[in-house]
Amino acid sequence: MCNIADFDIAVIGAGHAGCEAALAAARLGLKTVIFSISLDAVANMPCNPSIGGTAKGHLVREIDALGGEMGKAADATFLQSRMLNKGKGPAVHSLRVQSDRTRYHLYMKRALEQTENLYLKQDEIVEIITDEGKISGVRSKLGTAYGAKAVIIASGTYLKGKVFVGNVSYESGPDSMLPAKGLSASLEGLGVRLRRFKTGTPCRVHRRSIDFSKLEKQDGDEKITPFSFENDKPLENKVSCYIGYTNERTHKVILDNINRSAMYSGQIEGVGPRYCPSIEDKVKRFSDKSRHQLFIEPMGLDTEECYVQGMSSSLPEEVQLEFMRTIEGLERVEIMRNAYAIEYDCCDPTQLLPTLEFKSVPLLYGAGQFNGTSGYEEAAAQGLVAGVNAALKLKGEEPLMLDRASSYIGTLIDDLVTKGCSDPYRMLTSRSEYRLILRQDNADLRLTETGYRAGLISEDRYQRLLDKKVKIEAETERVKKVNIAPSDKLNEYLISCGTEKITTGTKLSRLIKRPQLSYRGLAEFDEQRPRLSDEICEQVELNIKYEGYIAIQNEQVESMRRLERKLLSADTDYTQIRGLRLEAAEKLNKVKPLSVGQASRISGVNPADVNVLLIWLKAYKKGENNGGAD
Amino acid sequence: MDAVCAVSTAQAQGAISVVRISGKDALIVAGKVFVPLSGKRIEKMTGYSCAYGNIVDKNGETLDDGVITVFREPHSYTGEDTAEISCHGGIYVTERVLRLCCENGAEPADRGEFTKRAFLNGKMSLTQAEAVMDIVSAQGELTLKSARLSREGRLFEEIKAVKARLVTLLGELAAWADYPEEDLPQVEGSAVLETIDECMSVQRRLVENYDKGLMLKKGVPSVIVGKPNVGKSTLLNLLLGFERAIVTDTAGTTRDLLEESVRLGDVTLRLCDTAGLRETDDEVEKIGVELARRRLDESVLVIAVFDGSETPCDEDRALAKSLDKNAVVVINKSDKSSAAAVEEYRRLCAGLAVVEMSAVDGVGRDELEGIIAERFAGFDGEGAALFVNERQKKRLEMSIEALESAREALLSGMTLDAVTVELERSAEQLASLTGERITDSVVDEIFSRFCVGK
Repeated sequence: MCNIADFDIAVIGAGHAGCEAALAAARLGLKTVIFSISLDAVANMPCNPSIGGTAKGHLVREIDALGGEMGKAADATFLQSRMLNKGKGPAVHSLRVQSDRTRYHLYMKRALEQTENLYLKQDEIVEIITDEGKISGVRSKLGTAYGAKAVIIASGTYLKGKVFVGNVSYESGPDSMLPAKGLSASLEGLGVRLRRFKTGTPCRVHRRSIDFSKLEKQDGDEKITPFSFENDKPLENKVSCYIGYTNERTHKVILDNINRSAMYSGQIEGVGPRYCPSIEDKVKRFSDKSRHQLFIEPMGLDTEECYVQGMSSSLPEEVQLEFMRTIEGLERVEIMRNAYAIEYDCCDPTQLLPTLEFKSVPLLYGAGQFNGTSGYEEAAAQGLVAGVNAALKLKGEEPLMLDRASSYIGTLIDDLVTKGCSDPYRMLTSRSEYRLILRQDNADLRLTETGYRAGLISEDRYQRLLDKKVKIEAETERVKKVNIAPSDKLNEYLISCGTEKITTGTKLSRLIKRPQLSYRGLAEFDEQRPRLSDEICEQVELNIKYEGYIAIQNEQVESMRRLERKLLSADTDYTQIRGLRLEAAEKLNKVKPLSVGQASRISGVNPADVNVLLIWLKAYKKGENNGGAD
Repeated sequence: MDAVCAVSTAQAQGAISVVRISGKDALIVAGKVFVPLSGKRIEKMTGYSCAYGNIVDKNGETLDDGVITVFREPHSYTGEDTAEISCHGGIYVTERVLRLCCENGAEPADRGEFTKRAFLNGKMSLTQAEAVMDIVSAQGELTLKSARLSREGRLFEEIKAVKARLVTLLGELAAWADYPEEDLPQVEGSAVLETIDECMSVQRRLVENYDKGLMLKKGVPSVIVGKPNVGKSTLLNLLLGFERAIVTDTAGTTRDLLEESVRLGDVTLRLCDTAGLRETDDEVEKIGVELARRRLDESVLVIAVFDGSETPCDEDRALAKSLDKNAVVVINKSDKSSAAAVEEYRRLCAGLAVVEMSAVDGVGRDELEGIIAERFAGFDGEGAALFVNERQKKRLEMSIEALESAREALLSGMTLDAVTVELERSAEQLASLTGERITDSVVDEIFSRFCVGK
């Protein structure tokens, strides 16, 4: 049977991973098709209507710095924006917005539609077609074949999706979409190992049924930082969120009915995320807490629906209503969509290379929840990396691989492909050992050049970045050299800031290093200061203030990268290496790390094993070179 | 800094010992430890050249004199820049030179590490390489085995406990940073400070125990001093249980340093009899006296012997005055001592442990042994596993350094993200000793202790 159309790349699933993958591939000039079971579910937010948050905000800014779409979409459709963790230090500042769910979907759908080389198609893909072991296309439920040289799986929670509410369960995708049923068998036929994970979502309620006077109001920031480094338009908050609390009565209803929860009755085999526990879990596991917090978040400007963050559940519908109505402010609450748990097929990500390509199936890629993660931002980050790499490989170019020291995206992917995950993986700032240098404020400085080299960043944006870098360096140097003379006025200012006065000329950088002082605050004592943008001033200040810590982190990065540069071949049989312990050899054979650095992070590989690898590598290279010379 | 160091000669008493430093920065380390008398800078020395000079500590005090030999890459055993410092034999001195190298940035070498480096730098054939891999993997097994053994040991428990405290704190800090909107207990700076201080003091104690541990393993460097013919050699022989030194009634018979291991209860003494400390014209004896003085400086336990049958002379008075509180005083020849003389010695040595004994017939031996055993009781059997080795000590010191930096950051008002990074660096050093990974444990900590997430 011949194909209805031929493409370079086929993306299965148009959620947050699929959209970034398809956009990146098409923007790099590859003819790309993206399939969704429903075009009304493109870039849907089936859980909270929100983008960013701790560490996730970092991911979004990194996606933007690499030329992805998520940050722009979030800026265009946000309802409220907050920079979390202000006052806790720049490493953990995280941007988070409440989004208009429908408008976000429409923005992203249009972005796909308006991209050259990109074809958006409503269809369920049930089979990956191969020709003599090589990927040649995909087939839909209706039997239609599409030619494709590379395939990216971004199936989210659709793959063999099953929804649980109390003792009721049925096959379904998220938000009552159809599940994807055929693809799992096809993937397993290709040798992909699958497993079951689960996640859940709380109920949505009607705004009119909430007594907001009994809840705490939470507003957005006055001065809004956009996600996109390209955004220079003024931004404005449009809604407020509200905070409420559960109480002892809520907990009693839940505990009295705990055996009716799908999670507790043993119906669900999938592994749930630790970071996103259901309210049953919270009440049961943390019984000493007399209350749990919940947030009321608007779903959009064109709807009265509100999301109730913190109340995810798989209890029967009538129990959900009963416990919700025990909450102060929600006594008359009207549930519009009930909470549910959903179980789905996903892969063990240690089967993937850091490019997100399957080691055993060339040109088959995985991204998003299919790889065992959770969260829109984690998904989008992987989609971008998978899309870029599929495109680069078809173009015969070097792959895009981000290491742990480059980004949260690199950390996320390294964790997945090296350590795997035993429950849905969420990004956390504590997962990065280099977080003082991987800040959300410098994502562009870290990654935009990489995006430019991959072909996702325009010449114009790249030139602006270079200009910004030069200015930051020049100003940082100037601040380190310029001497500030003591004066009554300065000393008065220093004392008013709660720090000691100076008696001799002092370098400006030394003053900025004092925690009580800032680059901006010292402006009037720094006569030759050039006029610079806020972003540049921020970088200069952070460079100076955190200089010592940044230097230590840079040293750690350098020693990590030394091992990262010792490459290992994928066809190595580690059981044949003399001196390697059996456990280590087995783990290494499973993961097939690309470098000694990656090998050293596999659990079960100890420092002596790493030494054996280094020596073996050297011996092997030497033998190879000798062979070549002969 | 890239340099590793180890004692390359056998760990035994010998005429000289060699400490080898190898690596890109080996000569920088050597330059901080060794000062050539010619004034030449070690970093400027050419390959295969030697210099005579002093081994000095951080305060510029001379520890020993010796000869340094410099090898330039690739013409050395390892193929890297290498310095070999020949110092005077003696386990204690050699260990101190080694430690000095570590204090100046060198890492203690693993077993087989020089060979491994030699291989990595292309100094060996393929067949030799296989042998090296066997050594390295054997070393891994050995480490595992000893880790397993020490798993029940107190050192392991103590390090694990400190690490657990830091991980708990890091978990609190991580939850606080990653879940800003949850209603979690506030992380207070004062609580952070308290944990830092407590962890620091435990680790400092472990590091201080290093010296004790070294002594326990290798024996406490001890010396018997006293003017000629007060019965030092007789005392040594008594403690040894057989005749070793030449004992005659002629003063100045013992001219060499004799070192013997003596086990007193749980304590091993590396006991040294010395030539009597006196002004002499005899050239050979002069050397003996000089050696005795040096040994006196190095010793942890000094047993000062006086002749109870004679009233103190100037020499005795000078010796008594020079003793510090760690000395043990033996008033010998109790069989023929005079009460007045004993009284006088006791007055001179007020505040010190004094034993009256007769070395010839063994009277007082038990009392002396009791005093010595008690003195070193801090590290008896139960604490055997409590003593850190060079590598553990280095890790602990790096951990302490990171804690100090965290403390400084906290006190100066730095944001907690910077403090956290330093705490994590500290915990990582400890985790490397217990074979764990910090980031994984911190993430586990967040979810097991805090009710977080939407």
